[in-house]
Amino acid sequence: MQIKHAASAGTLESSDITITLKPADSGVTIALDSSVQKQFGRQIKAQIEAALKALDITAVNVVATDKGALDCTIKARTIAAAYRAADVQDYNWEEINSWIN
Amino acid sequence: MAKTELGREIPDKFAKQYGTYAGEFANIKDYQRAAANVHPVKPGDSKLLPSIHDAIVATGLKDGMTISFHHHFREGDYVMNMVMAEIAKMGIKNLSIAPSSISNVHAPLIDYIKQGVITNITSSGLRDKLGAAISSGIMDNPVIIRSHGGRARAIASGDIHIDVAFLGAPSSDEYGNINGTNGKATCGSLGYAKIDAKYADKVVAITDSLMPYPNTPISIPQTDVDYVVQVDAIGDPNGIAKGATRFTKDPKELLIAQYASKVITASKYFKPGFSFQTGTGGASLAVSRYLRQAMLDQDVHASFALGGITNAMVELLEEGLVDKLVDVQDFDHPSAVSLANNAQHYEIDAEMYASPLSKGSMINQLDIAILSALEVDTHFNVNVLTGSDGVIRGASGGHSDTAAACKMSMIIAPLVRGRIPTIVSDVNTIVTPGASVDVVVTELGIAVNPKRQDLIEMFKDLNVPQFTIEELRDKAYAITGTPDKIEYGDKVVALVEYRDGTIIDAVHNV
Repeated sequence: MQIKHAASAGTLESSDITITLKPADSGVTIALDSSVQKQFGRQIKAQIEAALKALDITAVNVVATDKGALDCTIKARTIAAAYRAADVQDYNWEEINSWIN
Repeated sequence: MAKTELGREIPDKFAKQYGTYAGEFANIKDYQRAAANVHPVKPGDSKLLPSIHDAIVATGLKDGMTISFHHHFREGDYVMNMVMAEIAKMGIKNLSIAPSSISNVHAPLIDYIKQGVITNITSSGLRDKLGAAISSGIMDNPVIIRSHGGRARAIASGDIHIDVAFLGAPSSDEYGNINGTNGKATCGSLGYAKIDAKYADKVVAITDSLMPYPNTPISIPQTDVDYVVQVDAIGDPNGIAKGATRFTKDPKELLIAQYASKVITASKYFKPGFSFQTGTGGASLAVSRYLRQAMLDQDVHASFALGGITNAMVELLEEGLVDKLVDVQDFDHPSAVSLANNAQHYEIDAEMYASPLSKGSMINQLDIAILSALEVDTHFNVNVLTGSDGVIRGASGGHSDTAAACKMSMIIAPLVRGRIPTIVSDVNTIVTPGASVDVVVTELGIAVNPKRQDLIEMFKDLNVPQFTIEELRDKAYAITGTPDKIEYGDKVVALVEYRDGTIIDAVHNV
């Protein structure tokens, strides 16, 4: 999947995460600000990376503002932001279901 | 490094000075009670002074002394900031402050710490900005966290010697007869202030409601007060009740409360004449609601309810379901009004409430305590002080006191808060040792401390899901993931004193 322009998903409510994806030339960078950074920052980044990898996104700058979201929310917001940033609207639910646990 | 009985490391310097925790009642020994230095007042002398400045001068406050405040105005307190601003202006330095607790409104203390006005703090807790600043390491000397009973013990035994107590007085006469039930900012009980008045060398009553002599009822007597100052306002009545919640509608809290109520009524302690203490949180208040119904249904009345008093308790008293309220602090306006109006609503001081070194405190007579927690670990140790990120943001309160002394202590808490697990492998900071904790109640079910086989037997037919504490932790981690360990610095920013005066844990900078 190709990131064509910046796009976001999520809110700043507690237990949610805002994921913003911006185009990049190469590589994945993640700037994370989390209310549970010290305990879960590493795991949140890993969740975002895993979702991007599953969507075959290799060049993107991620800005994430987390308010204590659970893993399922992090994945969902990342996927939604990616589809928006790539202008893809034919959601492949079966594909997503197959790797989302 | 020395180690406590619970395996927490305490730097040798502090371990030597205070001793390390070695069991709930290991360090309860005879002692000589401390006494205040008294400057007698002769006929014709006036105690009334025109300003806080004059009072500070009159008390002879000097560099290096210890001053105290009470926290009955909670988030509505003006007194500590007002007095500290004047002290800072006068250039007095190197003070130790010993307030009974510290609230969010006391963020200005950060500046006085940085200016060297304040160099030592002992308190029940630290909140918000001040807690974060202390955790970042702005003080050279660690804050000493003391429980409410532990503070009373420390004052009575002379570990804390208060040179000057500045006591906000909802009402006072010119001769220093104080109560918390009359005046503009009524806080009800003055339980924590009473100790300071009794043991401090100099006592300044600061009031915005000067009453004709004699001001009755007398909560703090003229015989304990040196000076009286009138100011425009000592506190915001709305701030006093801040944080005390109404009856919750949160289904999770209701379920926790329902389980807690079932545990209580299934225990052998639930019988006519039983006694209990609850907190102010949503679930805690809901417990009293469910308990009320059980008391009505089974015609079981309580002999007393203890502690921080809320309107929920007052309703039980007025309904005749609880015979007496024993009150060290009020959390809302109706309970302050009740203290004034109900003869069976009785004010006590912190020493009588919870000191482990008094000749018997009220908590020793308590059947059931319902307590909260930021974290509980698989050893049943409880943290009510540091957040899951290691930053100081809570207060010890009466947690370790009531848990140790009552017959059945219950921790009620949600399994997870957002992504933060409440049941963990090891709490960040031990405030209450697992030896004091009997039942943990979550929305998924309960865990009984294995050392209470009698309770496990009592609850074997109880219609509430039961798990081991490890199973509860696993259920929490299944939702949140296993949290990474917090990386602390090398500096000790706070020492958690157990109620007996030994150190039970040390908090490092983050």
